[in-house]
Amino acid sequence: MSSLEPGEIERFLYREARLADEHDYDGWEALWTDDALYWVPAGGPDVDPESQMSVIYDNRSRIRTRISQLKTGKRYSQSPPSNMRRLISNVEVVAVEGTDTVAEANFVLVESRERGTTLWSGRATYRLRRVEDDIRLAYKKVVLVNSAEALSTLAFLI
Amino acid sequence: MTVQYSELIQPERVHGSLYTDPSIFAEELERIWYRTWVCVGHVSEVARPGDYVRKNVAAQDVIMTRSADGEVGLLLNRCAHRGNLVCEDRRGNSSSFRCPYHGWTYRNTGELLGYPYNQGYGGKNKLELGLGRVPRVDIYQGFVFASFAAEGPTLKEHLGAAAGELDRLARLSPEGEVELTAGWLRHRAKANWKLLVENETDGYHPQFVHGSVFSVTGSPIGALYSDKSTAVTRDLGGGHSENDLRPEFRRAARPMGWFGTSEARVPDYVAKMRALHGEQAEEILIEGAPHVMVFPNLFIAEISVFTIQPTAVDETVQNVTAVQLKGAPEMNRRLLSQCVGSVGPAGMLLADDSEMYERNQRGMAARRPEWLDIRRGVGRERIDENGFRIGAANDETGMRGFWAHYRGLMEEGAAQ
Repeated sequence: MSSLEPGEIERFLYREARLADEHDYDGWEALWTDDALYWVPAGGPDVDPESQMSVIYDNRSRIRTRISQLKTGKRYSQSPPSNMRRLISNVEVVAVEGTDTVAEANFVLVESRERGTTLWSGRATYRLRRVEDDIRLAYKKVVLVNSAEALSTLAFLI
Repeated sequence: MTVQYSELIQPERVHGSLYTDPSIFAEELERIWYRTWVCVGHVSEVARPGDYVRKNVAAQDVIMTRSADGEVGLLLNRCAHRGNLVCEDRRGNSSSFRCPYHGWTYRNTGELLGYPYNQGYGGKNKLELGLGRVPRVDIYQGFVFASFAAEGPTLKEHLGAAAGELDRLARLSPEGEVELTAGWLRHRAKANWKLLVENETDGYHPQFVHGSVFSVTGSPIGALYSDKSTAVTRDLGGGHSENDLRPEFRRAARPMGWFGTSEARVPDYVAKMRALHGEQAEEILIEGAPHVMVFPNLFIAEISVFTIQPTAVDETVQNVTAVQLKGAPEMNRRLLSQCVGSVGPAGMLLADDSEMYERNQRGMAARRPEWLDIRRGVGRERIDENGFRIGAANDETGMRGFWAHYRGLMEEGAAQ
C-alpha cells in the first residue's frame, strides 16, 4: 500500500504549515526529500520556470541556503520574523504515482510585521512521498492568487 | 509655497522631506518622470510584429507595441472616446486594440480605425482622434526609452557616459545583443523611489545588509566593497553612477570570475567569445558586466536588469528580470537561476534591500535630525583619467551625482 490516507495527508499539510508559520526552520527543512523542488511562480500559474523568472525556484541545495540565511538572524526581511498563521482547506488528491501522492490545497495566510498586515492566498500543489514510516515533501508549488501583480516582500516560508 | 530645492539639496546632505512630501512627489512626476528619458523595457519583449506588452512610466499606463513594419511604439492606454483602458491583457499579439466600452478600434500604431454606428458622427472617418502616443521614443542597445517632453536632450545626450555601460553589457553576448525575454518580477516596497536609486550604487551597505547571504554562501561579493577594495564608485554625470568593480576583477584576472564561475563551467560560451573577439576576449571575460544606475530608473546589476516605477510618494515598484545574452544558452540558464535566487520579493539579496527601504521610509517620519547625510568620501574623491569624479568602493559619490542632477531638473522645471 503506497498511497496515503486522506487523514494522513491533511495531518502532514497542517504540520508543514505550522512549522512554516512558527519559523521552525530545522523542522521545516527536514520535511524535504533530496530531489526537492520548491516553486512559487510569477506572472501566472503555468509560466516555464526554466526560461522565466519565478518568485522562488529552489532545488534542495538552494532550500538549504535559504534556511541557512534565515538562521543567521541577519536576514533582515525576516528579522524580526513576521507573525503569521495560515489556514489550509479544500484538500484534494489529484494523483497517486508509485510511492508519491500529489495533493492540492487552498490556503489563506495572514502576515503581520511592522510594514503592516498582508493577506496572502493561493493554491498549493504538494508531492508527498512515503519514506518508511514517515512522509516527506518532494515538491511544493505555490500559486498565489496575485502572482501577476506587484508583490510585497515574501521572505518567510510560504 | 514654492519648494526651494537649493535649500533642501546641499552638497553633503539632503532634507528628509524630499522623500516624504506629496507635493514634491507631484513636482517630480512633472519635472523628471514626464520629462526626461525613462526606460520602459526592451525591444526583445515585442520581438514580432503585432506583439505588445503593458508598461508604465510612473503612473502612466503605456502599451509598448511592434507595428507591422517593425517599429516599436509607446501608446497611452486610454480610449480617445471616454478614457477607458483599451488594453487589458498584460501582453499579447494583435494588430489592433478594441475598447470594450463602445467598440472603438485602433491600429497598434494608435490611429482610429473605426467606431460603431458611425452615423452618429456623420459617417466613417470623420473623427480626428487616436490613442495618445508618448511624444518621443528612442532605443539604445535594445533598451526602449520614453520621453513625454516633445523637445529636449536626445536619448544619446541623456545617456552620456552611461551609454558605454550598456555597450559593455551587450558585448557580453556572442551576438552583441542583450535579450530581456525571461519576464519580470514585480516587487512592491513602501518607500520613496529615491531610496532605491541611491541604494543601487551604494557600496557601503552590502557587507551589512547582505552579510547573511554572503556568510552562508561564501560569496566574494562583500569583499568587492570592503575598505581594502580597489573598486571605485564613479559619478558618470547626468545623475548616472556606477560601482566599477573592474579593478578587482582585473587583479584576480580570472575569466568568468565576475560571474562567480570559471571558464571550465561555460566552455561553449567562452569558446564563442574567443572566436569572435580574439585577444580582446580576455578583457571582456575578466571585466564582466556593469553595475550601473541610469537616471532615473534603469539599474543594471551585472546579471539583473531593474526598472524602478514610482507609484506614490511612499510606494515604489521594482521590476526585475534576468539578463539574457543572445547566442549564449549555456550562460542564460545560469544567469536566470542566479537572478531568481537573488532578486524579487523572496530574493536572497533584494528582499533585504527592500526591507531597508521600508524601514528607511518609516524612520524618516521622525522629525529630527531632518537631514540625510551623503558626505561619505567627500574628502577622498578624485577625478579619473576621463574627467569623472570617483570615490572609494563604499563612498557616496554616486548619490551626490544623483542629487546634483536631480536638483538641476527640479530647478529648471520650476523656471518653466
